[in-house]
Amino acid sequence: MTMTLFDQFLSPTLFKMPLIAIALVSPWLLHHVVTTRFSSERLLSVKKVSVSALTKHIFQPLGPLGHKWALMFVSLFMFLITLNVLGLLPYTFTPTTQLSLTFSLALPLWLATVLIGFRLDPTRALAHMLPQGTPPLLIPVLIIIETISVMIRPLALAVRLMANLTAGHLLIHLISTGVFLLTSMMPMTAILALALLGLLTLLEIAVAVIQAYVFVLLLSLYLLENV
Amino acid sequence: MADRPVPVAEKRLMEVKLGELGTWLGRRDYSPNGIVSMFRRAHTRYYNKYIGVKKGGIGGIAMLLAGYVVISYVWSYDHLKHDRWRKHH
Repeated sequence: MTMTLFDQFLSPTLFKMPLIAIALVSPWLLHHVVTTRFSSERLLSVKKVSVSALTKHIFQPLGPLGHKWALMFVSLFMFLITLNVLGLLPYTFTPTTQLSLTFSLALPLWLATVLIGFRLDPTRALAHMLPQGTPPLLIPVLIIIETISVMIRPLALAVRLMANLTAGHLLIHLISTGVFLLTSMMPMTAILALALLGLLTLLEIAVAVIQAYVFVLLLSLYLLENV
Repeated sequence: MADRPVPVAEKRLMEVKLGELGTWLGRRDYSPNGIVSMFRRAHTRYYNKYIGVKKGGIGGIAMLLAGYVVISYVWSYDHLKHDRWRKHH
């Protein structure tokens, strides 16, 4: 049986039940919501502080119409960040490496922002296709380019998230295989192990990928509704 | 000490006598709502005991994550056993 490097991204099944089902439920298990206490304990306080800081930071530039999306965006952020960080543990499966998941998250949300923009003020929504102050000769070209750039946003969002995570996981596999095979020659192992460690830290910038995800999503909403 | 008689299905697991175990297992609520509430109760009890305490350390979450890693390993064992150094697959 040929083993390729990409086999880690197939969802393994046990009794016909795929591991992706458990992996998708795991954020639910880790974020417990307690509503009966007035003053919460350590972990919940940290979560409260960080979530409220995040919400304020993201939703301050948006107007009242944008605040309706707060629950959606913050829960999306928590979901993605938990999925990504949990995927760094050994033997776990990262659902966000599947384009099916990221695209199914990106497309409806982007489409919603576009449709809301067209519903509220179609003239202004269409006016985004042409930046101010373009020379008249460039107008046809620029309109086409801007339309394409808007249309490609969901694919860009989805593929950005998927590709970042997949590349990170692949690199970890590659480098760890290299370290394992070179244990007979000691100095190489030390250097490569250090590189692996550095790469894992770099991969925790997968967390920053989430930041990028929500920010870009938000910026689309911002542009379409309020500017 | 004579306690009030309680129906078997509603007793906690530790209070069920061995002979009643079959009855207990048979009468539990296995509907989807029941299973969800089983998980929810278990999670709430685990949370309140290990994570939701005033000075909770890393132990509560670490146990959850360790369990998650073990479950993932078990789930993908079939897939993983090809990765070992084997002479004959």
